[in-house]
Amino acid sequence: MRVTQGCFSFLPDLTDEQISRQVQYCLEQGWAVNIEFTDDPHPRNNFWEMWGLPMFDLRDAAGVMMELNECRKVYGNSYIRLSAFDSSHGWESVRLSFIVNRPKDEPGFRLERHEMAGRNIRYTTSSYATDRPEGRRYG
Amino acid sequence: MDLDTAPMTDAVNLRDELEAVGIEEILSQLDRELIGLKPVKTRIREIASLLLIERIRKRMGLTSDAPTLHMSFTGNPGTGKTTVALRIASILHRLGFVRRGQVVSVTRDELVGQYIGHTAPKTKEILKKAMGGVLFIDEAYYLHRPDNERDYGQEAIEILLQVMETQREDLVVILAGYGDRMDKFFASNPGFRSRIAHHIDFPDYSDDELLDIAELMLRDMNYGFTPDARAEFVRYIALRKKQPLFSNARSIRNALDRLRLRQANRLVADLDHVLTVDDIRSIEASDVLASRVFRKAGKSAEAS
Repeated sequence: MRVTQGCFSFLPDLTDEQISRQVQYCLEQGWAVNIEFTDDPHPRNNFWEMWGLPMFDLRDAAGVMMELNECRKVYGNSYIRLSAFDSSHGWESVRLSFIVNRPKDEPGFRLERHEMAGRNIRYTTSSYATDRPEGRRYG
Repeated sequence: MDLDTAPMTDAVNLRDELEAVGIEEILSQLDRELIGLKPVKTRIREIASLLLIERIRKRMGLTSDAPTLHMSFTGNPGTGKTTVALRIASILHRLGFVRRGQVVSVTRDELVGQYIGHTAPKTKEILKKAMGGVLFIDEAYYLHRPDNERDYGQEAIEILLQVMETQREDLVVILAGYGDRMDKFFASNPGFRSRIAHHIDFPDYSDDELLDIAELMLRDMNYGFTPDARAEFVRYIALRKKQPLFSNARSIRNALDRLRLRQANRLVADLDHVLTVDDIRSIEASDVLASRVFRKAGKSAEAS
């Protein structure tokens, strides 16, 4: 099941050319672009690991693309996303984030029903991938 | 104009093309504002022409590989290497060979780390900042320390070389430094020498050129020599040139700053005098003559 989170995730995967154009847009807005990766696709997983440092003061997307390609070499079979951080006063938070790399095979999510008191049911989603320990989740 | 969307043509008016790019304006500005440096200007003109033709070729569909634009500037201190690097960046930008046209000026400290594993991220960060523009490495020979085998400079050099080769269309690297030391640097790093297409040597300025430079600088600061002061300054240049640590235009700039100090001091000394614009603008012979250079020269003349 294809994970959809962040911008553009209902579109077909972006090509490098398209990613580069999006990054250039972010840089022109004065945002710092970061590369993050994870192998835990749960939508509530806030803790993606960072590839290198946030990239402040860049002028051209080529620098980000260089790092992204490095990251793909190491974590090519995990989720990688770019996030654009706006440091200006009042925002100081992420303005845009989108997935740029995903595992070849995304097993999807299991829905668990917890039967509570009475006939109440609580629902939990968990990824099949996370059944296995970190680092071994996508083959 | 975006090169990708430009219609394919088979006839191009060179004059229109030149005007569209606005390159002539920069070149003539270069001629106007940089005094002397004949070989440098000729070379820049050549490079600019090549890039212009390359641009037209691209529009006609006669593609060839992106030309290698990495350069090395060698010359004595104060011969205008940094100034020219800034100009080159805007020329390359107008011709569309660098996308953003910024210049990131660095020295060894900003590229080389202090412990194992520190250098690569540091160098890469600088490279990323310079992407789409020009990376100007001043005194590049400090990157290589032949006396210390474990120096991290070599690591920075390797990363630089790799990016210079693989991302030629993203980044132009300009190395600068004094002639003899750069020669040694290239001798011990042949990879650098062969990856740099343009080796430009900056000649020293002649006395007349230095005077022109001084007057240009003064004009920019809204000052001017009186005729006497000008004559004294000609003598000053000749004397200063013979002294050690002479660094061409930089020495002239420093001399002018001291002249301004002395002029201000002279004006303040006489509080009753009503100043006119001319008084404030003009630098007098006495301001020039108060320089240490004349005193030293006088002493050595007495001694001999």
